[in-house]
Amino acid sequence: MSENTNNRQSRIRNFSIIAHIDHGKSTLADRILEETSALTKREMKAQMLDAMDLERERGITIKLNAVQLAYKAKDGETYTFHLIDTPGHVDFTYEVSRSLAACEGALLIVDAAQGIEAQTLANVYLALENDLEIIPVINKIDLPNAEPERVRQEIEDVIGLDASDSVLASAKAGIGIKDILEQIVEKVPSPQGDPNAPLKALIFDSMYDPYRGVVAYIRIVEGTVRVGDKIKMMATDKTFEVIELGVSTPKIVMRDELSVGDVGFLTASIKNVKDVHVGDTITNAIKPAAEQLPGYRKMNPMVYCGLYPIDSSKYNDLREALERLELNDSALQYEPETSEALGFGFRCGFLGLLHMEIIQERIEREFGIDLITTAPSVIYQIETVDGESHRVDNPSKMPEKKEIESIEEPFVKATIMTPNDFVGPVMELCQGKRGDFIDMVYLSENRVNIIYHLPLSEIVYDFFDQLKSSTKGYASLDYEFLGNRPSKLVKMDILLNNEKIDALSLIVHQDFAYERGKAIVEKLKELIPRQQFEVPIQAAIGQKIIARSTIKALRKNVLAKCYGGDISRKRKLLEKQKEGKKRMKTVGRVEVPQEAFMAVLRINED
Amino acid sequence: MIKGAYIHIPFCEHICYYCDFNKVFIKNQPVDDYLDALEKEIARSGSHPNLETIYIGGGTPTALDTQQFNRLLKIVKKYLLNESIIEYTVEANPENVTPEKLHLMKENGVTRLSIGVQTFQDEILENIGRIHHPDDAAKAVEEAKKAGFENISIDLMFGLPNQTEDMLISSIQEALKLQTEHISIYSLQIEPKTIFFNRLKKGKLTLPGQELEAQMFETLIRTLEEKGFSHYEISNFAKPGFESRHNSIYWQNEPYYGFGAGSHGYIYGQRVVNSGPINKYIQRVNKRGHACTATHQVSITEAIEEEMFLGLRMKQGVNKQHFYEKFGRQLNSIYNGTIKDLKQKGLLEEDEDRVALTHEGLFLGNDVFSSFLIG
Repeated sequence: MSENTNNRQSRIRNFSIIAHIDHGKSTLADRILEETSALTKREMKAQMLDAMDLERERGITIKLNAVQLAYKAKDGETYTFHLIDTPGHVDFTYEVSRSLAACEGALLIVDAAQGIEAQTLANVYLALENDLEIIPVINKIDLPNAEPERVRQEIEDVIGLDASDSVLASAKAGIGIKDILEQIVEKVPSPQGDPNAPLKALIFDSMYDPYRGVVAYIRIVEGTVRVGDKIKMMATDKTFEVIELGVSTPKIVMRDELSVGDVGFLTASIKNVKDVHVGDTITNAIKPAAEQLPGYRKMNPMVYCGLYPIDSSKYNDLREALERLELNDSALQYEPETSEALGFGFRCGFLGLLHMEIIQERIEREFGIDLITTAPSVIYQIETVDGESHRVDNPSKMPEKKEIESIEEPFVKATIMTPNDFVGPVMELCQGKRGDFIDMVYLSENRVNIIYHLPLSEIVYDFFDQLKSSTKGYASLDYEFLGNRPSKLVKMDILLNNEKIDALSLIVHQDFAYERGKAIVEKLKELIPRQQFEVPIQAAIGQKIIARSTIKALRKNVLAKCYGGDISRKRKLLEKQKEGKKRMKTVGRVEVPQEAFMAVLRINED
Repeated sequence: MIKGAYIHIPFCEHICYYCDFNKVFIKNQPVDDYLDALEKEIARSGSHPNLETIYIGGGTPTALDTQQFNRLLKIVKKYLLNESIIEYTVEANPENVTPEKLHLMKENGVTRLSIGVQTFQDEILENIGRIHHPDDAAKAVEEAKKAGFENISIDLMFGLPNQTEDMLISSIQEALKLQTEHISIYSLQIEPKTIFFNRLKKGKLTLPGQELEAQMFETLIRTLEEKGFSHYEISNFAKPGFESRHNSIYWQNEPYYGFGAGSHGYIYGQRVVNSGPINKYIQRVNKRGHACTATHQVSITEAIEEEMFLGLRMKQGVNKQHFYEKFGRQLNSIYNGTIKDLKQKGLLEEDEDRVALTHEGLFLGNDVFSSFLIG
């Protein structure tokens, strides 16, 4: 190992930023980019790291990104920083853990007014598992309701970190940024590893580029990779030849090699994103490493739903859209399915609800396809009396009751962090969602961690929204998969105008069936507009009707006046009506709007 | 050939709670300047030897004082009133249609009056922001007849807040007693930027609801038809031969002029709109001779759609031969699927010559009209 290489390696700092949504991660990342002169002010777009429109609009990061920055520290040395961005939502826990694994340190951003949130805590634990040095930063100290001292205490009590010299910052106002950068130099360890050892590069993200194939974002843990090397994906045993190596500053800079501690990207004419698994290890195909890096896991979808084009002639467009999205999203799964009510569509699997919403929105927005989405479902394990076992990801595919021996459904461990004022409402909510109480821990005088085991299906329905509304938005949620457990579940069918609508079927716990059935028929009554005839709505279990409601017939809908010759007004009104109809699906004789298929998710809305 | 002219008088002595037309309180308004501008605008439009209808609406044309009102009538007489005119309507409010103004109108060629009565229930009149009383309405009609008018229309409304079906029937009966040739009955529509809209938003307005409204519509159609009125358009009833010629121009999708602030015209295939604010209108006319702020060239597709959704408002519906003459295409070749679907739903009827709304279709007109939008 040359002195030069060693010296360079000792001046690398790899870190990410852990923060709850809204606690200021993107703003801080922007400030760091500015401070390290990665970008001139003119190039600076607010929230540089969040590339996609959708991310910017929702203020959350979906795709990971890594930038290389040069920082001239007070000690006179210039350090190479790699800032690795992490997604901020519970659906992407595994991706977060892999990006953390690519770092030696993490900035923990805590809002000076709001304190630590459950997701932040979950990510801190992920960081601790990966042996990261954590640098607490108390952000937004310029807010009028900031309580930095209380938050500092909370960090010490809850996480057990020494927060005595945590930086008090305001990313928005540019306060404390230099201190943060100095602490990164001082506290984050430089990467360890031998540049001459067999290659071990951790894949922490990937992206599809139509001209270059899959771009793998990697952290070199051991060894060196060079352009032209034969490489091997250790999980899949697939081999490729390296075409390009480089880093983002955030402008793309090509490199001939990447070595220990480097964070950059690699292309190798890889056609399929499914060959590049996040968490997998890239090694040299000629001189392979003995074992892959720890922590690799294949990601499996947890939530399924049906996606159908409202206009059935757009089926092929929808398939193409899914194919395109899949190029960039190895967690997305889909297969064709047919519904009596909705026609041809796809059953799609997602990591979680947010992932699902993002994909739906992208299909509607980027591909211009109006979608009907059925209510999300989890995977049920069903044993039938003939001894066969079935994985059911679509409620309408559930076998007849008499054929079922047993049903299992996925359970999660849910960690809910809340101010102690809301312990009552939170427990009531969890109890109502078939939760098993496990533990309650006081994190500080007025913050509580409540742990429940809950069926995942309850969480995918409307748990999060209800949690937010019953705690005035203060509670936060994190969950992890526990395993399948037997449950007394039944299939509930919905009948519109006396016809069973398969796309509205759902699986519910038998003790809650009556209540939920009633709520759903009422919600549907609200969501489905009046038709020319009266439409009965019924909820049924088997042959038994458990709830009913009626949409009254449309009686009068006609414009009265001629507005003194103003035809354009009339036209606009009629166009609006026509537009509304386009977003409806005719099921039997009933015109059903998009949102009715998600009625089950909206039961608790007013 | 343009057969109709609409003239807008955007002044009112009071503002009705449901009204969203272009109008302002008349007090302190530059009415004389407005009339000057109106004269310029009309004069600039040229001569109109083939004009058949004139309609002065508002606002409240009769809110002008006698002198101003006279001036308005003289302007119309000078530039628009030709031998060819077969209908000349002025809108009037019961409280300010004085015998003097009636005589002025009669002298200056007005043939038809449209009187805004709305309802004969005093408490409802007050609740919708009208300042006249039921007696005023009867008196206005009487005076109009005395002045020699033989074609009088009254406007009524239904679906008003707190209005019951009995109240509506009694209003219709009062109206029938006045023996007018024409009755318009509009259902209340809550439009943005009205007092009612704001009240509704605040939850302070109780409306009869769709069921009752439909029932009222049913009742009023039956009652008026029994009395010999023909229900010739969704909101309009006439004794034989007294159908409004001017409004029929709109429904038949024929061209017309629009003069005055915020008015709409349909000229040489273009929809044109004048500036709405009174000062702007005056300024523009003084500067350029006209006040047009927006024009829209109606495409063939739009014209076809409009032919349908306007034409179907009339009981006679859309005539297939006329349609063919106008557009060079068969109605059925464009709308075969739509017509079939609507017939199946019982909303449309068709014979060799025409398509028209069924009785049920009258109630669900918007569903029918929007189906005729292409694309």
